[in-house]
Amino acid sequence: MSPARISATRNPLRDPRDKRLPRIAGPCSLVLFGVTGDLARKKLLPAIYDLANRGLLPPGFSLVGFARRDWQDQDFGKVVYDAVREHARTPFREEVWQALAEGFRFVPGVFDDDAAFDLLAETVRTLDAERGTGGNHAFYLSIPPAFFATVCEQLQRSGLTEGEGESWRRVVIEKPFGHDLESAQELNAIVESVFPADSIFRIDHYLGKETVQNLLALRFANQLFEPVWNSHYVDHVQITMAEDIGIGGRAGYYDEVGAARDVIQNHLLQLLALTAMEEPTSFTAESLRAEKEKVLAAVRLPDDLGRHTARGQYAKGWQGGEQVVGYRDEDGVAPGSTTETYAAMRLDIDTRRWAGVPFYLRTGKRLGKRVTEIAVVFKRAPHLPFGDTETEELGQNAVVIRVQPDEGITMRFGAKVPGNQMEVRDVTMDFGYGRSFTEVSPEAYERLILDVLLGDPPLFPRHEEVELSWKILDPVERYWARAESIDTYPAGTWGPDSAETMMERDGREWRMP
Amino acid sequence: MIVDLPSTSTREVSKKLVAVRQDVGAMALSRVLTLVVLVEESGLEEALRTASAASHQHPCRIVAVALGGKRGSARLDAQIRVGGDAGASEIVVLRLFGPLVEHARSVVTPLLLPDSPVVAWWPLKPPKNPAADPVGAMAQRRITDVATTGSHGPALRTLAKHYADGDTDLAWARVTHWRAILASVLDRAPFEQVTEAVVAGASDSPSADLLAGWLAFRLKCPVSLVRSRERSGVISVRLERASGPIDLVRPQDGETAVLSQAGQPDRAIALPHRSDEECLADELSRLDPDEVFEDALTKGIPKVTVRRMSMSDAVARGDAPSPSEGRYTAARLAREARTGDAAAMVERAAPEKKSRDSTAVKKAARRKLAETEDS
Repeated sequence: MSPARISATRNPLRDPRDKRLPRIAGPCSLVLFGVTGDLARKKLLPAIYDLANRGLLPPGFSLVGFARRDWQDQDFGKVVYDAVREHARTPFREEVWQALAEGFRFVPGVFDDDAAFDLLAETVRTLDAERGTGGNHAFYLSIPPAFFATVCEQLQRSGLTEGEGESWRRVVIEKPFGHDLESAQELNAIVESVFPADSIFRIDHYLGKETVQNLLALRFANQLFEPVWNSHYVDHVQITMAEDIGIGGRAGYYDEVGAARDVIQNHLLQLLALTAMEEPTSFTAESLRAEKEKVLAAVRLPDDLGRHTARGQYAKGWQGGEQVVGYRDEDGVAPGSTTETYAAMRLDIDTRRWAGVPFYLRTGKRLGKRVTEIAVVFKRAPHLPFGDTETEELGQNAVVIRVQPDEGITMRFGAKVPGNQMEVRDVTMDFGYGRSFTEVSPEAYERLILDVLLGDPPLFPRHEEVELSWKILDPVERYWARAESIDTYPAGTWGPDSAETMMERDGREWRMP
Repeated sequence: MIVDLPSTSTREVSKKLVAVRQDVGAMALSRVLTLVVLVEESGLEEALRTASAASHQHPCRIVAVALGGKRGSARLDAQIRVGGDAGASEIVVLRLFGPLVEHARSVVTPLLLPDSPVVAWWPLKPPKNPAADPVGAMAQRRITDVATTGSHGPALRTLAKHYADGDTDLAWARVTHWRAILASVLDRAPFEQVTEAVVAGASDSPSADLLAGWLAFRLKCPVSLVRSRERSGVISVRLERASGPIDLVRPQDGETAVLSQAGQPDRAIALPHRSDEECLADELSRLDPDEVFEDALTKGIPKVTVRRMSMSDAVARGDAPSPSEGRYTAARLAREARTGDAAAMVERAAPEKKSRDSTAVKKAARRKLAETEDS
């Protein structure tokens, strides 16, 4: 009996049929810039613990924190501990925490300080020797993009951007990826000058959500939906991301950016791409991206932007039993600011599948409630063998993919009202994740961080996609920039009247999400 | 809410289930499968606890069948539990007496959910041939637990002899983490053949046999099994390679394992014992045949050499890694981690007040850099 062969591509202990075996990342560490930020505390650190708790991190996994704080490793440990206790999804287990905490290191540093990065390089080298992280390190830049250039240069200067031999270095960046096409290209040039394109992971946490991945399953694993997923049957598509909160403490950032750049450019256009794209030939990163890029490139803006876009700013009002101030009265917002907190637009897709089917995108702060959904609204049946009065209450059929909260799918169709009269009314049929599967679906960040460590890119947008979405948004932004005033809407409502008018022009109306 | 239905029929039970659903309202949840639990009265409550905990991940209808004495007249006692008493599931307990004991299938059939899979679970004594069992034959998946039998060796052989697609055992789910770590080690360089493997595990642990069987089938190298004391579970795995052994050791009762590899620093990793709930939930999450289990059970285990020597002898001869050394290494690694005791982090005051002044931070970086270069 000769032992089974083992090579880089052939591991006899793995078998595609073995669905129990989780994919565990190889030996590595994660260097986190911006550990004191909200995102790190609420999402990243808890996600790392949850991964460890699910047994998905490698033995010896280490976490290096980098921040402008005069801290010891233990102080950093305390910050992680508090974040984990408060925000982790899985139960706290002493032994998991213990094993994880052994790999915590902290580097006190200012971004323009060479010594700090020398220390980081030294720390990383020590980890390779002491904990066997094997020269594999991911750098997570949870910091404002203005610092990317400095940090990237520093990483290069201190020799951190290139691994030896088989080992890898990866960099993770968060949105915003620039504020228009030009700045996105600049930003990309900075990062790509230091890291190769396939080592750059752009995180759009929406893409890590189970529902978004399920959208692919829904469309391409079923026979039920794909035949009607085209202009023969679909009347229009509405993609909504509504938030009930205001801008919180992000005034400085938000006032520069506005709703469209903050949300439409990344999340909504990605959702549009996944909803509208053709079937990829496989689920590899390349074929998925190819399809997404194709559909983004086919997006056409309306000729008259004034008639088919809308924007607004929230004014003071009552939101969910609470009186809230208007946008211009928020701390840190210029009194005469014309930054939009609500944006809506019509987009058309010039492909055979979608010709004549408008996609309506909207997003806003301080709207009725927090909800993200994709609603595919179907045409009415061409002929109804019922009297007008019998179908008065019948709307258009719809398939709604609820991204958050309460992830799931709703279908709306007509049913007869019980009784001796023939009367057809809309009813809904619901599928909820929490009801049919685990009540604990993993957080988006868990999936994304694990994918970074495994080097598995399908869920991450490429630079080409980012550029394409800026090409769609830039003309709209330029058009808006010429306007001197901005519509307002009372907080807690579904946006300005102009948004309603925009839909009425097309003979349609916004769904109540 | 608990509804007792003594001396009843399945028709009554079905009717009552619908009525209870309407009363409670909240019961109108979608259920993805029916879990049929076949257990003696003595193990019933424990099994139901495990099943309803597992059902948090997979909302299901649990039909528990408790077989009573065969003598006397046929009788069916039923109990329905919903809401707080049943977790995320709805539970129907059926107690069978008299000649009915032979016909469990007839009472289970009307209570199965429409158009959804059926899973049969024997928390205690596994049947000789699960797939031929009347209830087992209806199920897509049959879960046994050979660890509950007095002698697992013969039990595993019986299971292997009658294996049918859909059979699985909780002892297999218990070693998933072990398998995951071992597989991930072989994902990395050096890519050398494993020439020999040694698994050490308790004499009452079928999981050790399955793990060894899996290694034997997949690695196609001699695999031997040494026995440690009872109730100690799987203790260690050693994979021999040309460059030196890979040792994965979890000292008895420990929840932390140590992975040692030639040319690399020892690494500690949390490897907690898996609870029955976790294992059961795992089993419920996939309903297709587990071919990897089949290979390990039917083709792997017969290849494994069970050594006569005890684990301590094997350790003394250097054939198996030493668990006490493993424990010592785990403690050393924890000590060496410069963060010190992880518990200290927990009790520490929140550090927010400390300086964020750039000069102070720069100084701290220089100080720390100097310290690292010195050491």
